[in-house]
Amino acid sequence: MIQDILAHYNYWIIMVLMMIGIYIVASRGNLIKKIVGLNIFQTSVFMLYITMGKVEGGTAPILTGKPEVFSNPLPHVLILTAIVVGVATTALGLALVVRIREAYDTIEEDEVRDQDNATVAEEMSRAAR
Amino acid sequence: MAGILISLVLLTFMAVTAFYVLRLRHLFSVVMLTGVFSLLSAALFTNLDAVDVAFTEAAVGGGISTVLMLGTLALTRRREKVPETLSIGPLIIALVTGAALVYGTLDMPRFGDPNAPALKHVVPEYIEGTANDVSMPNIVTAVLASYRGYDTLGETAVIFTAGIGVLLLLVWRREEDEEDEDGEKEDRA
Repeated sequence: MIQDILAHYNYWIIMVLMMIGIYIVASRGNLIKKIVGLNIFQTSVFMLYITMGKVEGGTAPILTGKPEVFSNPLPHVLILTAIVVGVATTALGLALVVRIREAYDTIEEDEVRDQDNATVAEEMSRAAR
Repeated sequence: MAGILISLVLLTFMAVTAFYVLRLRHLFSVVMLTGVFSLLSAALFTNLDAVDVAFTEAAVGGGISTVLMLGTLALTRRREKVPETLSIGPLIIALVTGAALVYGTLDMPRFGDPNAPALKHVVPEYIEGTANDVSMPNIVTAVLASYRGYDTLGETAVIFTAGIGVLLLLVWRREEDEEDEDGEKEDRA
């Protein structure tokens, strides 16, 4: 029983982290908080992949000349790429947040929506006149 | 066994950190906690034998993204608005997705299983090939730069595109915006 739980505990905690991330993205109106949530979600996915690559009694996949058991190096390569791409997308998202703040003077999603609605209503009433 | 215990402790710390990221409203603390989260995940990667990933995560995830977020905070504001209600919809989405994912893990090979299907396919070829074809001690580097070199080139293209996007958004502004900004600055002065 304990063995069964230990065998999957890593996966489950990672799922909990992912769901905290997705909840932050979906429920919080603040754009920076949304990006932070996206980052947490992303890091949890990385951890899921690396966890799947671990082999019991294995070592880091670096050849030393001695016969050794290595952990799976392919998830490491994938995630190495994903981390760097992740930071690039985070930078793009944050640049968008800065521009939204310049255009609307707020980084709260609902305030941006209210301002948009107000603009549309104003234009429509002007068109009606 | 010690390795499993270390990862359990680290993961539990990470769950606590993520919970406080959710709860705190002061964005500066939230960003610092994100840095803590990245550093803890780097420690976990080291424990799971992914030393290259740990290095990248500590430098890029823990360092550069935290700096980028602090820079954004300096340009925007520090406090999050308190939402009026607890949002039920996102909670349901998170719980249902989480339940589906946990159900999916039940079929997965147990943690550290040396007979996992993922280890049986091309992995032995890459491990042997690294010694013979590439003559490079680090298998991750060999796969990244040699076997999958074109993928890494594609990755570089993605980063280049993102960099151009950031430049377009922040540096090349439309002229009307520039005029507005100048006006604002003059007003402030």
